[in-house]
Amino acid sequence: MSGAADPRRDGFGSIRRKEDARFIRGKGTYVDDVQLPGMLHGAILRSPLAHARIVSVDTAAAEAHPKVEAVITGQSLAGAGLAWMPTLSQDAQAVLATDKVRFQGQEVAFVVAQDRYSARDALELIHVEYEPLPCVIDAGRALEPGVPVIRDDLPGKTDNHIFDWEAGDKAATDAVFASADVVVSQDMLYPRSHPAPLETCGMVADMDSVTGRLTVWSTSQAPHAHRTLFALVAGLPEHKIRVVSPDLGGGFGNKVPIYPGYICAIVGSMRTGRPVKWVEDRSENLMSTSFARDYHMHGEIAATADGRVLGVRARVLADHGSFNATAQPTRYPAGFFHIFTGSYDLRAAHCQVTAVYTNKAPGGVAYSCSFRITEAVYLVERMMDLLARELGMDPAELRMKNLLRPEQFPYTGPTGWQYDSGDYPRALALAMDIAGYPGLRREQAEKRARGEYMGIGISFFTEGVGAGPRSHMDILGLGMADGATLRVHPTGTAVLGVSCQTQGQGHETTFAQIVAHELGMSPDDVEVVHGDTDRTPFGLGTYGSRSTPVSGAAAVMAARKVRERARIVAGAMLEVSPDDLEWADGRWQVRGDPGQGAGIAEIAMAAHSSLELPPGVEGHLDAEAVYNPPNLTFPFGAYICVTDVDPVTGQVSVRRFIAVDDCGVRINPMIVEGQVHGGLADGIGMALMQVIAFDLDGNCLGGSFMDYLLPTSVECPSWELGQTVTPSPHHPIGAKGIGESATVGSPPAIVNSVLDALAPFGVRHADMPLTPANVWSAVQGRPLRTDLAIP
Amino acid sequence: MQITMMVNGAIVTRDVEPRLLLIHFLRDDLGLTGSHWGCDTSNCGACVVWLDETPVKSCTVLTPMADGRRVLTVEGLARNGQLDPVQEGFAECHGLQCGFCTPGMMMTARWLLDHNPDPSAAEIREAISGQACRCTGYENIVRSIRWAAEQEAAGRADGAPPGAGGSPPGAGGAAPGAAG
Repeated sequence: MSGAADPRRDGFGSIRRKEDARFIRGKGTYVDDVQLPGMLHGAILRSPLAHARIVSVDTAAAEAHPKVEAVITGQSLAGAGLAWMPTLSQDAQAVLATDKVRFQGQEVAFVVAQDRYSARDALELIHVEYEPLPCVIDAGRALEPGVPVIRDDLPGKTDNHIFDWEAGDKAATDAVFASADVVVSQDMLYPRSHPAPLETCGMVADMDSVTGRLTVWSTSQAPHAHRTLFALVAGLPEHKIRVVSPDLGGGFGNKVPIYPGYICAIVGSMRTGRPVKWVEDRSENLMSTSFARDYHMHGEIAATADGRVLGVRARVLADHGSFNATAQPTRYPAGFFHIFTGSYDLRAAHCQVTAVYTNKAPGGVAYSCSFRITEAVYLVERMMDLLARELGMDPAELRMKNLLRPEQFPYTGPTGWQYDSGDYPRALALAMDIAGYPGLRREQAEKRARGEYMGIGISFFTEGVGAGPRSHMDILGLGMADGATLRVHPTGTAVLGVSCQTQGQGHETTFAQIVAHELGMSPDDVEVVHGDTDRTPFGLGTYGSRSTPVSGAAAVMAARKVRERARIVAGAMLEVSPDDLEWADGRWQVRGDPGQGAGIAEIAMAAHSSLELPPGVEGHLDAEAVYNPPNLTFPFGAYICVTDVDPVTGQVSVRRFIAVDDCGVRINPMIVEGQVHGGLADGIGMALMQVIAFDLDGNCLGGSFMDYLLPTSVECPSWELGQTVTPSPHHPIGAKGIGESATVGSPPAIVNSVLDALAPFGVRHADMPLTPANVWSAVQGRPLRTDLAIP
Repeated sequence: MQITMMVNGAIVTRDVEPRLLLIHFLRDDLGLTGSHWGCDTSNCGACVVWLDETPVKSCTVLTPMADGRRVLTVEGLARNGQLDPVQEGFAECHGLQCGFCTPGMMMTARWLLDHNPDPSAAEIREAISGQACRCTGYENIVRSIRWAAEQEAAGRADGAPPGAGGSPPGAGGAAPGAAG
């Protein structure tokens, strides 16, 4: 099962990606590459204000523009019952504002014109009169009496409260804290960030008025779920809707929700009878589509004097923006935050989350977070470092002392998660070995003595990915199972249809390898079809690192059904009972006579031939499967980050980053490592560079790549990876998800590293992003509030 | 206004609005959708093409500024059906995931290797530092470009015909007549 296996024999291994042939030639097809005859272009007029009543919208001049074909407003949508749409969190979100605007960048009107530039020109001809209202920007003040009520559209709403939610045993946790030798607490912010895929969101909508058939090409990580939601929102019959999600230029969670622009493009096509393309620009993407994080957290950790962790406690204020549009399993309004007990053997835990509305863009769960596990891991890993400092212990030693031990798996944690498998000490030991940990500590001491400041930061994370079991995980009532169909042609090549949707993860290769592995084929002989609801089975799509855990398992199950069908046909071919056959070396062989056997290609031809089959056997080999995961998979890892910090300029340089990941069995190790690399860069962005901040008037301060800083090649070191392999006991090939591990695990390692470097200055904590200004201020004893520009 | 330029070795003449961005001209008017638009502010580099001999961010070049000049896009990187070593390198070393930044990255990589056939990892990182990739964490892009450099060095050592691995046509061709 190792990654070094010969890919031609068992399918697994580091083979070149099948999809790259088109990408390296510039022949990918992204949504904005779709050109249809007679296609029109749409553009959205957005609110310049964060909170204002709409007095009037005058579209006369825009409609008179010679190249404008339609102008759509909230009022005109209201006539069709489309001015509001349901969010993935059972709230309502304005498609185009009717009563008020509630965040800067909110959608107000939609213009359809003959070309891209004319549509933009016409936006400037629309006159909107606003009556500005005071706004709520600081989440900490959203529940104060007398503040403006943002969601006065909700019947009886008199405050900005969304929900309270808790997990764990409060009384047991309080008792553990009361008896602890040491309690450490800290306020910390996981600031609002944005996934910022290089390709922004967009759609080409084509409504055929004769057949009533709607085809959309859209930036969707979940095309089947979107089809169903379009049916529910717009009242269109679902069998008349086809969602095509072509090549996606990254997603990272940004392309899970349904955005107002999609509805506008569809309505635009209905109104004009022509295809309509809408593609947002970068500022629209950053200012209006799903943000991530924005958790204001208070963490507490309790331990014995000798460093045995007893319990953790967290209180969270969650800023959800103006509409509650987080995309997570419905019964988990704070996502999987309650996995905040991390990787440690502790007695009790309790967390309480309160969510509020503010005059900011909606969203919340996006950006490779595994449904808020980023925030959970950050909290517990910061608390572990703070505890280590309080106890005067080395943070690696403290972690090693408290990590769950291999014999404790499967392990049920104090908030109810059942971790499937793990060998945590081995992963941490390997990371420390690669890093040369004792040598780094010696170097640090020597440097400190001469006034140079290097930091060594550790994080250990456990994720729960692959949502999820239908018994308790659904999104708007849709259970989180995924389907796979496998057709095997007479000549022995195969087409696999899957419901998940690659945004760069390499599904066309990995999933072909899964089928090849199961059926003794070459991955070259398996074509993977995805991203087209007419050609693939239903399933909930790709996010939360769920493709391999759920769709991958569905592909395995479909392939195993094919294999069992092939067994019966092989029995007929070889004139033996199927019971006398065994699957070995990628073919069915007669037990005890391995020379007698047949591979899948020969069997496929026979299955389509006139070969007489046993009564009741239909022939052909095709099969389909739906996989309902019995549990999440729990990948884990140990990360070590080495930084050099200049306390005079505040500049942080990431010198080394060591990442040991365990995602169970690796199907294509090259792709797995690529996933880790990308997530580590995300961590540098979040820890050091990126924030979507606001001023007190609600102006977004991160509305372009001039202000929202993406890590480039010069901020990123050459990553040093290691791996351990602890198979998932319940996944059919022992694989776990990997897509988000590094994004989850890396920020606390980087922050812990910087704060370790700054320890001689007495800096205990500073919030992300640790920009030079923030680091410098922290050294001066007053770390910045990073989410607000306060005059 | 009428403009004429050589794109990937072929002369094209079109009437365009003076404000038309080169990236939109290439994508929407010529159907060369390999170059991508990503940010509007010259930060991401998904739109990098060559203007004459130099990589430029075509989201901040007006189409008339390319009048009388040569443009090379990702569609012009391969020659006679033969992939450029940079293209091979990206596929070999997993230098791409979603593929959106890839054309721009490869255009810069080609320029780098033309000017520095044996770049260090640090020099590669510097060369691509004006371009963003959200998927790869850059590691495998660096390896891809190193792989291409090594392939080209091996090709030179084997006495491959001059130009193999060097600038593609359209970069070195004669400027079209309507030089502005």
